[in-house]
Amino acid sequence: MSICTSIVRRPIDVGALLAEVEDTANGATLVFLGRVREVNDGRAVTGIEYSAYGDMAERELAAIARECANAFGIAHLVVEHRLGTLGLGEASIAIVVAHAHRAAAYEASRFVIEEVKRRLPIWKREGYVDGSSEWVNANGVPEPHETQTAAREHRT
Amino acid sequence: MTVTALLFASYAEALGSDRVELACAESATVGEVVAQLRALPGGAALPPSPLVAVNLTYARADQRVASGDEIAIIPPVAGG
Repeated sequence: MSICTSIVRRPIDVGALLAEVEDTANGATLVFLGRVREVNDGRAVTGIEYSAYGDMAERELAAIARECANAFGIAHLVVEHRLGTLGLGEASIAIVVAHAHRAAAYEASRFVIEEVKRRLPIWKREGYVDGSSEWVNANGVPEPHETQTAAREHRT
Repeated sequence: MTVTALLFASYAEALGSDRVELACAESATVGEVVAQLRALPGGAALPPSPLVAVNLTYARADQRVASGDEIAIIPPVAGG
């Protein structure tokens, strides 16, 4: 049994994560990477800064992995979420799951990413080529205008 | 009694701080703590019913808080 989760501030090493789920009982090993995309909501992106409520994020991510293991009979799952400033193409999250068969592996991977997007207390501030930046929500869109405006007014 | 409110991301920017010590009534609820925060300068950026976690666990607005509790106001999450 190898269920591991962590919140890190360094690049994600997919090879190391794959090694953690290595087991000849598994006929299926699946890797999901969430990566910084060059365009969001029609704007050219330069990078994303991820921040978190660290203690709670660690705890919620571990809970998500446990729920996944129970729901899909998964014994090999590693989830790593990265914080800090990431450039285009860099991975912010890796979900590596292995199971005897592919169906459970696919379901488990999807479950983890959807729960992460629903409840993991992590935030991202997206930077754009024009030098501006915005907090964006899990749907990838900037937060409601009132919030952004109030935030800007307070800063100035 | 005193509780500690934690603010993150856009909420921390709006209130100009990521941590606020609040004096509140003995029987205060999560919702009342949120209302106190919303009355602070910049607090209008917080929605009336944001996601809140008390001592690292998501909590309802009618939950009572206790002295020393860590009450985190959670902006829309964006992990992944």
